[in-house]
Amino acid sequence: MFGTLSYNKQKTIIIVSFLLIPLLLLATFTYYPAIKLVYYSFTNWDGYSPEKPWVGLDNYREVFSNPDIFKVFTHNFAYFVMGIVQNIVAIYFAVVLSSKLRGKNAFRIMLFLPYIMNGVAVAFMFGYVFDTTNGSLNLFLDNIGLHHLAQTSWLGTEGLVNYSLASTGFWRFMGYNMVIYIASLQAIPKDIYEAATIDGAGSFQTLWRITLPNMKPVIQLNLFLTVTGALEVFDLPFVLTKGGPAGASETYVQKVVDTAFAFNNYGLASAMSIILLFFVVIVLLVQQLVLNRGGDK
Amino acid sequence: MAHTKFRFVDFFKYFTLLIGVFVVLFPPYVVIVNAFKSTDEFNSSSSMALPKSFLNFDNFTAVFQRGGLLSGFGNVLVIIIITLTLNILFGTMVAYVLGRFSFKLKPVVFGAYLVATIIPSITTQVATFGIIKSMGLYNTLGAPIVLYIGADVIQIILYLQFIRNIPFDLDESAMVEGASLFKIYRSIIFPLLTPATATLVILKTISIYNDMYIPYLYMPKQSLGVVTTILMRFQGVNSGEWNLICAAILLILLPTVILYFFLQRYIFEGVTSGAVK
Repeated sequence: MFGTLSYNKQKTIIIVSFLLIPLLLLATFTYYPAIKLVYYSFTNWDGYSPEKPWVGLDNYREVFSNPDIFKVFTHNFAYFVMGIVQNIVAIYFAVVLSSKLRGKNAFRIMLFLPYIMNGVAVAFMFGYVFDTTNGSLNLFLDNIGLHHLAQTSWLGTEGLVNYSLASTGFWRFMGYNMVIYIASLQAIPKDIYEAATIDGAGSFQTLWRITLPNMKPVIQLNLFLTVTGALEVFDLPFVLTKGGPAGASETYVQKVVDTAFAFNNYGLASAMSIILLFFVVIVLLVQQLVLNRGGDK
Repeated sequence: MAHTKFRFVDFFKYFTLLIGVFVVLFPPYVVIVNAFKSTDEFNSSSSMALPKSFLNFDNFTAVFQRGGLLSGFGNVLVIIIITLTLNILFGTMVAYVLGRFSFKLKPVVFGAYLVATIIPSITTQVATFGIIKSMGLYNTLGAPIVLYIGADVIQIILYLQFIRNIPFDLDESAMVEGASLFKIYRSIIFPLLTPATATLVILKTISIYNDMYIPYLYMPKQSLGVVTTILMRFQGVNSGEWNLICAAILLILLPTVILYFFLQRYIFEGVTSGAVK
C-alpha cells in the first residue's frame, strides 16, 4: 500500500506522478510546438507534404527584406498608442475610485463590465456602432452638433481604421487594467499617506511622490502586457475588418496566420513567428534592464 | 479658497466617471434597442431610438432557429465542464507539489510555466495544428479540451498563495496520524483550496466561453460550433440585417453579464490576485 511507504518514498512518487501529466501537457502544447516552429522556420514546408526542404536562413531574409511583411507593424502601432492612453486612463480612474466617493463600487462594476463580454460579440457590436451610414456613433456625433465628423467611415479609412479598432480594445480592457491598479493602490500602507498629510503634502504631491512610485511594479507589468499585446493583436481586425480596407488593418499575427493557413507557407510563417517571439523577449529584457536600473537609485 | 477647489475636484471626478460609464454603456445600449425592432421598424427608425415594444422576441427566435445557437451553448458547456474538471485537478496537483515539497528541479518546473507565458500562443498554432491533427483530435471537441486543460502560471500562482496560507501543522498532524501524502492532498489541501478554485472556475469559464480562435481553427465542422464561431457564421450569412445580429450579440453577451453581476466580487478578487502578486 502507498500509505505504508516511508514519507520520503511517498514524496518522490507524488512529485513524479502529480507533475507527469501537467508537464507532459506543457511540453506537448507549448514547448514542442515552439521547437517545431524553430525547425519549420528553416524549411519551406507547405503544411501538408511529407518532405520539408531545408532552406537555411532564406525565410528570415525574406521577412527582413520584404517590405510588405514588416510594414504591417505600423498597423500595430495604433494599438500601442491606444494601450498607453488606456493605462493612463486606467490609473486615473483607479486613483479616483480609491478616493472618498459615493457609489464607488457601482462605478467600478460598470467600468469593468466590458472585460467580461464576449470578444466576437463586442467586435460585431462595434461594427455596428462604427457603421458609416447606419452606425450610432455617427448619429450621435450628428446629434451633438459635430456634423462634419458624422460622415466619417471609421472602418473604411486607411489612416483611421487601426485607431478605431484599437479603441474597441481600449473599451474592452481599460476596466481590467483599472481593477489591477486599484488592487495595487490598496496594497500601499495607509500610514505613508498620513505621514505625508502631516508633513503638509498636497494631493498632487501625494500622487506624484507616493502613489505612482508605489504602483511602479504593476505599471511596469501592464506596460509589458500593453507592448506585447500591441505586437500580438489578432482577433479584432480578423473578425471586424478581415484586414481591410486594402490590407490597411492587417496586423502582424494575422499576416502570420494567413501566410500559414491561407497561403500554405508554413516555413515563412514560422520564421515570422520566431521573429515576433524574439521581439517579445527583447521587450521583456529592455524592461527588466530599465526596471532594475530604476531600483538601484 | 481651499473649499471651492475641493468642490471642483469632486465635480471633475464625478463628471469623468459619468463619461466613462456613458462610453461603456453606449454600444450595449444600441445593441439592446435594435435587437427588439422588426426589419421595417429598424429601417425606418433611428438606430438610437427605443423600440416600439421590448416584447418583440421575433429576432431572438429567428436567431435560435437559423443560427443553431442552442447547440453552440451545448458544445461550449461540454468543453467548459470537462476542461475545468481536469484543469482544477492538474492545477492543484502542481501547486501542491510546488507549495509543499522542496526538490532540485522545483525552480525548473516553475520556470517552465513562467517562460511559457512569454511565448505568444497564437504563433505556435502553426505547429500545434499538426500535433492536434496527428492525435486525431482535429474537428472534435477533444481539440479545445486538450488545449485548455493545461495549468497556466497565473493559476499556479493563485493556488500557491492559498497553499502558503494553509498551516503546515495540518499536514504534520495528519502525518502523525499516519495519513499518506496523497491523502493529505485529497482530504486537506484540495478542499481548503475551494475558494481559489471557485474564483478560477469563474475566470476560466468566462475566458473559454469568450475564446474565438481555438474553436475557429480546430473545429470548423458545422455541428461543432460554439457560441463565438456560430455568431461569426451567423453574421456572415445575415451581414445586412443588423437587427438580427444585434439579437444574436445580445443572446451571447447575456450569460456572462448575468454571471458577472452576481459574482463580480469574486471576479475582481480572481483578477487581482492572479495579476498583482
